[in-house]
Amino acid sequence: MEILVCVKRVPDTAENEIEVNRDGTDIERDDLVYSVNEWDNYAVEEAIQIRDKVGGSITVVTVGNEEDEEVVRREMAMGADNGILLSDDAFNGSDGKGIASVLKAAVEKGKYDLILTGAQADDGAGQVGGMLAAMLDWPYASLVNLLEVIDDKKIKVGREIAGGNQEMNEIDLPCVLSIQTGINEPRYVGIRGIRKVASLEIPVHTAAELGIAGNTVGESGARMKRLDYFVPDAGEGAEILEGSTDEIIDKLVELLKAKGGIK
Amino acid sequence: MAQQVFAYIIHKSGVADDTALEMITAAGKLNADASVTAVIAGSGAELDGVCKEVASSFSEVWKIDHETLAYINAEVIRPMLTRILPKQGIVLIPHEHFGMDLAPGLSVKLDAAYLPDAVDFEGIEDGKLKAVREEYGGQVSTHVLCDISQGAVITIRPGSFKADESKSAGGNIVDKTAEAVEGGLAGGVRRFLEIAEAEVGDVDITKSDVLVSVGRGIEEEENLEMVFDLAKAMGADVSCSRPIVDAKWLEKSRQVGTSGKTVKPKVYMALGISGSFQHLGGLKGAPFIVAVNKNVKAPIFQAADVGIVDDILDFVPELTDRINEIKG
Ligand SMILES: Cc1cc2nc3c(=O)[nH]c(=O)nc-3n(C[C@H](O)[C@H](O)[C@H](O)COP(=O)(O)OP(=O)(O)OC[C@H]3O[C@@H](n4cnc5c(N)ncnc54)[C@H](O)[C@@H]3O)c2cc1C
Ligand SMILES: Cc1cc2nc3c(=O)[nH]c(=O)nc-3n(C[C@H](O)[C@H](O)[C@H](O)COP(=O)(O)OP(=O)(O)OC[C@H]3O[C@@H](n4cnc5c(N)ncnc54)[C@H](O)[C@@H]3O)c2cc1C
Repeated sequence: MEILVCVKRVPDTAENEIEVNRDGTDIERDDLVYSVNEWDNYAVEEAIQIRDKVGGSITVVTVGNEEDEEVVRREMAMGADNGILLSDDAFNGSDGKGIASVLKAAVEKGKYDLILTGAQADDGAGQVGGMLAAMLDWPYASLVNLLEVIDDKKIKVGREIAGGNQEMNEIDLPCVLSIQTGINEPRYVGIRGIRKVASLEIPVHTAAELGIAGNTVGESGARMKRLDYFVPDAGEGAEILEGSTDEIIDKLVELLKAKGGIK
Repeated sequence: MAQQVFAYIIHKSGVADDTALEMITAAGKLNADASVTAVIAGSGAELDGVCKEVASSFSEVWKIDHETLAYINAEVIRPMLTRILPKQGIVLIPHEHFGMDLAPGLSVKLDAAYLPDAVDFEGIEDGKLKAVREEYGGQVSTHVLCDISQGAVITIRPGSFKADESKSAGGNIVDKTAEAVEGGLAGGVRRFLEIAEAEVGDVDITKSDVLVSVGRGIEEEENLEMVFDLAKAMGADVSCSRPIVDAKWLEKSRQVGTSGKTVKPKVYMALGISGSFQHLGGLKGAPFIVAVNKNVKAPIFQAADVGIVDDILDFVPELTDRINEIKG
C-alpha cells in the first residue's frame, strides 16, 4: 500500500505556555519549542503499522518553509520511507483551503492508495483532510481511531463519536482519513534514529513544479484571514487561593467540606 | 445582507441536539433579520418528530427523508446538501464529530469559504464576517475575517452561543427529498456497518458525586498513585482527560468529555487539566470545580470556581495528608 501522511510543524504546547505578543500580531515565538502536531504522530505510526503488515511505502509531506523540513525528517526517523517539502513564497498567507490545494497537487504527482492527516492541528480547525478528500473526490472519514486493511480495495475504519462509542465503516480505496489520538501508541524516536536521517536530501517542490496557479493559493486565494491574537477578558473566572501551601490547603479543605467534596 | 442562512440540525433518537437552538442565536448575530432555515435529514417517524419539534423555532424547515439516512453518513448526505443548498448561502453546522466529518468537504463542494469552530461573531462589513476562534486548546483567542460573499460553511462550537428558547418562528416544513436525491444516490464508497458501544469499566463515573480528575499534568504513569490516594481520602472516584486514556494509563470509561463520559458530580477536582472545550463539554450540572494547575493562564481557571496555581506533584500529596489527618 502506498501511503501519504500529511504533517504540520506546530509549537509544542506541552513544552510551552502560549502567550500573545505585545501588539497582538502573533504569539510570542522567541523561546518556542516546535514539534510535530500531536495527531500527526499517530497518523505516521498507523502508516508504519500498515506498511509493516501489508507492504508498500510511506511518504511524509508538509507544506511550509525550510524550518518545517525538520518535522519531515523526524517522521522519517520514526520509520517513513520518503519525505517531501512543498515550499514556495506563493503559499504564504494560505488558509486551510490553500493548504489542501497544495497537497492535492502533490497527491496528483504521485500514486497513493491512502492519505492520512491528523484530526486537527494547533488551530483546532480539523479542516485540511476533509477538504483534500473533497477536492480529489475520494471518500473521507474523520476522527478515525481504528483501522484494519481488508484487501487492496477497501479498509475498515472506526470513527470516534460521542460517549466513547465507535462508528464502524467500510471505505473504498483510495481514500483520505483523519486520525484521532489514541489509535495506537506512537513509537519513541531516539537520537540514533534522528542521526540516521540527518543528512538525507528532502526534495522540495515549488508551485511551478506542482502546476499550481498563483491565485488559487496563498494570500490572494484565501477567504479566511487571521486579524489578531488576544486573550479574552478574564470574566469571572476562578477565585485563586493565595498564601502558603498550608493556608491554601486550610481554605480548600473548608470549601470542599462545605460543598460535600469530602465524605 | 440578503444571504440565506441555514442550520444543519443534528438529532438522535427523535430529539434535536442542543445546538439546534444555539444556531438560531448564532444566525441572529450574523444578521438580526435573518430568516433561518433548518435542514434536517433522517428517515420516517423519528425524522417527522424532530421536524415538528424545531419548526416552532425556525422560519422554515427543509427535510430530507430517505431510508439510507436512518443512520447518517456524511459521505451520503454531503452530495444531497450540495444539490439543495444555494451556492451563496451561509450554512451553520455544529462543530462536533459529525459536523467535522461533513463540513470541510461541503465547503469545497459548495465552493464556499470555510470558518471552523467559531465561538462568536462580531459583525459583517463589506461581505466579510469578523468572528472569534480559539487556538492552542483555548490558550489564546483570535479574530478572523472570513469573506462570506460567495457563501460560507461555518461550524459552531457547541455551547458557545446561548440557546434561543423563544420558539417565535413557526415555520413550514418543506420536503426536499426529491431534489436531494435527483440524479441518484452517491456516497456508496463509504458504508456504515455498526456502532461499537463503549466498554463498561469498573467504575461508573457518571454516577459519582465527587470526582478527582487527572490530566496530562501528572506527567508519569507512576504518579497516578497519588491521585488515587487523594480520591480515597476524599471518598471520590478518579476520572481523567483524554491524553491519560490515549496513553493507556486509565481505561476509556474514566474519560470525561465529548468523546468520553458526561458526568454530573457535585464537586470536580481538575488536576493538571488545561480545560479544553472537549473536556469541559462532558461536565454537566454546574459542579463546584476546583482546578490545580501550574500555569495561571490555563483556560481551566475560567471554568473553575476555585483555582490553585501549583505543581500537582507537590500539592496533591500534601492535600491528601491533611485530609487523612483530619479524618484521623
Ligand atoms: C506556508 C504557510 C503560510 C501560512 N500563512 C498563513 C497566514 O498568513 N495567515 C494565517 O492565518 N495562516 C497561515 N498559515 C496557516 C494555515 O492557514 C494553516 O496551516 C491551515 O489553516 C491548515 O492548518 P490547520 O491547523 O487549520 O489544520 P487542520 O485542518 O486542523 O489540521 C489537520 C491536519 O491537516 C494536515 N495539515 C495541516 N496543515 C498542514 C501543512 N501545512 N502541511 C501538511 N499537512 C498539513 C495535518 O495532517 C494536520 O494534522 C500558513 C500555513 C503555511 C503552511
Ligand atoms: C474530536 C475530539 C474529541 C475530544 N474529546 C475529548 C474528551 O472527551 N475529553 C478530553 O479530555 N479531551 C478530549 N479531546 C482532547 C482535547 O482537545 C485536549 O487535547 C485534552 O482535553 C487535553 O487534555 P489535558 O488538559 O489533560 O492536557 P493538556 O492540554 O496538555 O494540559 C495539561 C495541563 O497541565 C498543566 N500542568 C502540566 N504539568 C503540571 C504540573 N506538574 N502541575 C500542575 N499542572 C501541570 C499544564 O499547565 C496544562 O494546563 C478531544 C479532541 C478532539 C479533537
